Amino acid sequence: MIPLNLGEKSLKSLNITHIFYPHLISILEPHMIDFSLTDEQLALKDMVRKFVQAEIIPNAHRYDATGEFPHEIIRKAWENGLMNPAVPEKFGGLGFGITEDVIMNEELGAGCLGMTTSIAVNTLGLYPILIGGTDEQIKHWVTPFLNEPKLASFCLTEPGAGSDAGSLSCHAKDEGSHFVLNGSKMWITNAGHAELFTVFATTNKELRSKGTVCLVVPAKSPGVSLGKHEDKMGQRCSDTRAITFDNVKVPKENMIGQIGDGFKIALKTLDKTRTPIAAGAVGAARAAMEYAIKYSKERKQFNQPISNFQGIQFMLADMATKIEAGRLLCYQAAWALDKGQMKVGSYYASLAKRFSADMAMEVATDAVQIYGGYGYTKEYPVEKIMRDVKLVQIYEGTSQIQRVVIARHLLED
Amino acid sequence: MNIIVLVKQVPDTETKIKISGDKKNIEQADIKWVINPYDEFAIEQGLKTKEALKTGSVTVVSVGPDRVVEALRTAVAMGADNACHVKVDQEVDTYLVAKALAEVVKKESGQLVFSGKQAIDDDQAATFGYLAELLNWPSASMVVKCEVTSGKAMIQREVEGGTRFSMELPTPAVIAVDKGINTPRYASLPGIMKAKKKEIKTYSLADLGLGSETPKTTASDYSLPPERQAGKKISGDTATQVKELVRLLREESKVI
Amino acid sequence: MSIYLIAEHKEGKLKRVSLEILSECIRQGVEPTCVLAGAGDLDSAAQELGKYGAKKVVVLENAELKNYTNEGLANAYHAYLSKQSPTAIITGASWVGKDMLPRLAAKFQVGIAGDCTEFKVAGGVSARRPVFAGKCSQNISFTATPAVLSVRPNVLAVGDAKGTAPQIEKVSAEIGQIRAKVTEVLSSGEKKVDLTEADIIISGGRSLKSADNFKILSDCASVMGAAVGASRAAVDAGYAPHDMQVGQTGKTVSPKLYIACGISGAIQHLAGMRTSKVIVAINKDPEAPIFQKADYGIVGDLFEVVPLLTEELKKLKAQS
Repeated sequence: MIPLNLGEKSLKSLNITHIFYPHLISILEPHMIDFSLTDEQLALKDMVRKFVQAEIIPNAHRYDATGEFPHEIIRKAWENGLMNPAVPEKFGGLGFGITEDVIMNEELGAGCLGMTTSIAVNTLGLYPILIGGTDEQIKHWVTPFLNEPKLASFCLTEPGAGSDAGSLSCHAKDEGSHFVLNGSKMWITNAGHAELFTVFATTNKELRSKGTVCLVVPAKSPGVSLGKHEDKMGQRCSDTRAITFDNVKVPKENMIGQIGDGFKIALKTLDKTRTPIAAGAVGAARAAMEYAIKYSKERKQFNQPISNFQGIQFMLADMATKIEAGRLLCYQAAWALDKGQMKVGSYYASLAKRFSADMAMEVATDAVQIYGGYGYTKEYPVEKIMRDVKLVQIYEGTSQIQRVVIARHLLED
Repeated sequence: MNIIVLVKQVPDTETKIKISGDKKNIEQADIKWVINPYDEFAIEQGLKTKEALKTGSVTVVSVGPDRVVEALRTAVAMGADNACHVKVDQEVDTYLVAKALAEVVKKESGQLVFSGKQAIDDDQAATFGYLAELLNWPSASMVVKCEVTSGKAMIQREVEGGTRFSMELPTPAVIAVDKGINTPRYASLPGIMKAKKKEIKTYSLADLGLGSETPKTTASDYSLPPERQAGKKISGDTATQVKELVRLLREESKVI
Repeated sequence: MSIYLIAEHKEGKLKRVSLEILSECIRQGVEPTCVLAGAGDLDSAAQELGKYGAKKVVVLENAELKNYTNEGLANAYHAYLSKQSPTAIITGASWVGKDMLPRLAAKFQVGIAGDCTEFKVAGGVSARRPVFAGKCSQNISFTATPAVLSVRPNVLAVGDAKGTAPQIEKVSAEIGQIRAKVTEVLSSGEKKVDLTEADIIISGGRSLKSADNFKILSDCASVMGAAVGASRAAVDAGYAPHDMQVGQTGKTVSPKLYIACGISGAIQHLAGMRTSKVIVAINKDPEAPIFQKADYGIVGDLFEVVPLLTEELKKLKAQS
């Protein structure tokens, strides 16, 4: 990585001024950074890449075809420390930051986005406890995940509450010592195999976000029922289901934070996971580009490799430019978040997710185009990438919602 | 048992080889350095042996410039207990490397040495045998099975044409392993974090009493092989193609 | 110049690589002293060397040399050669040569050049050897005497058999202490030709689709007296054992004829077989890179082509 040192001077030399919107300077200028990775981060990248080449790539297409859940891969990922990287060292974890998560997810995403989602979603499921839980709650609920390969799911989205995540109707009735949970959740990743759900519900819908709670619900609790494994377009090996709660009794000690904290915890969690999700898309785009480069050198038309043609060269060059841009946004967001600059970090995270998801979709579509008819078949790897990346434009905040968030930052007075 | 594993850092197998300007080596810039693939099997075998014996330690040793520390850290991340770096920046040969390794094995009170059957850069397959002789230990190469109990190593080694020897070596001994003996584990993430804090012992040749030694062979005049030219594709239906192939092999190139 | 050729034999039968080295020395105008070591009757091996121009053959005899050990052989050669002040010691880079020679070099405390494809003994010793599995080669010069080197089988030509009976000197071999003992010789049943010494190799890739399908190749191999090899992809998929793997992390081979079936020709496979004299590629994909390196290519399904080839070769064999 090349150190970027665009200070105030260079911005001025570009004749960019922020006379009317000084807050934009505060977003942009102090956050130009040196992107060199540490030796440990490089070792981490290498290790994950090796894992992906040996374990994920040879199996990705089989799991895609069958839609089977990749238990074996997940177990191996856990054994090698690829799961739950964010658990702090004081609880026995690795204490990795968002930067490490970004490094890992880019590599995993280059192998199979479905498996990336299955592996990474534990972090999403456990972050609410790490963010809002007491030390005792973390010890009780999170440390078992370090001792054996278990899965957790994050339950926010509902049939009627997608982008408008604040309008939860899953209801937690306060009955003194416990809550009684009723309602349903939608598109819950790993739900069929998770042992624990972090559920966001409302105690009083009228209060909007102020009435929300975050509850830890063991999957075996009476009254929890699962929908069928959704037959998806892409990321087919990740398990996605609906969950219904029917008079599920949840003890008060399972509440993370206080009543009214639920929505805040959810948003803080998503601030941390949005960037790694974007990095997964960067990885998938990178894989699509590499396949396209390889194929364009092998495929001959008009008696020469099609890589000789400028039409193909321009597509490849655009892919590379976009991928680099996406990666830079991810690193920038990760850097800010790891520095604790949550507001700026959240802004960059939205930029990273918006750009990387849309970018990966474009790159994958172009990769299929370079492959021509072959690319449209399951014999070749790029159509899977195209189906897989589509979901990144949708889950964990659609590309449109990211734009809303970005615009909110820009229009803020 | 103090187990020593010899680790060499080599260019990744996908590396496109270019010759340096003075032709005395390959171009080193832009090379991705990795642990010699056969040495990964050796590291794994060292770890497995220690686990089976339920006691002892695994020490990895590498000779080379500062970059080899990265290979040592990877080995520690896989589970090795200690690491020694013999820092040399000049060109060395089998003789000098084996000499240095012998001194390190003595310093570390090594009782069993594992190595890969060859390094995929110089393809010499000589260091472990040279080392065994310097230490006056027995040795075996191309080992595909290895079980160590107190005082001896029971091994199987490939010989040729589908034959294997079962052998018994009293320890201390040098064992050079082949692909297939095991499946090397990954450097796990907790391992990587542990490895970054690990202190790596560094020796110079002078520290090992080899300050005035020089290599006994010199490599020069590196060259790339001539590119093979694409030959002819034989056309026709399958039967015709095969008949024509047999004719060409017999009459044109005279190899059957 | 006092050049010593450590000739290799298997149960009294001379290995061809010994003749290849001998012939090359003679072509350079140098007459090496040949050394044989073993337990049984080595007369015919010695005579064979004489036939190809050896004037003197030293036979190191010891009943303990019946079973191969690197210690026993290295001790025996060293005990004899250290009294002769050799300029160079050369042997074949068979598994025996590769295993024993580093020990011998260490005893002399000199350098070593293994698996050389060219060497020079007239007017100073040097050698050329492939590195990076043949992706490039290096010249080795020696700054200490003796120069110790091994030579890759199947690379150098064997000269004319116009020699006469050699002078044979029998010496009792001093084998010293042998600690590594062979307790059992295990054979995989069928007698396979060793890949590195094979004249003809037929190799299969992942498109063989199963271990059982390798029979198609072994059927063809048995007609030609060939060895069967495999690509890394086939080995990784479990279709073939790793001792059959040709390539940078497998064996480097240089047969007269290499037939690649369903092998695309990854750089790391090409590295292991590019020095083959004639390469034949059989592959469904006309764009497979292997065709760029092959002397003869057949674009077709190996499951059709190889059995037909086996039949053709059988016919040919019946005729001759």
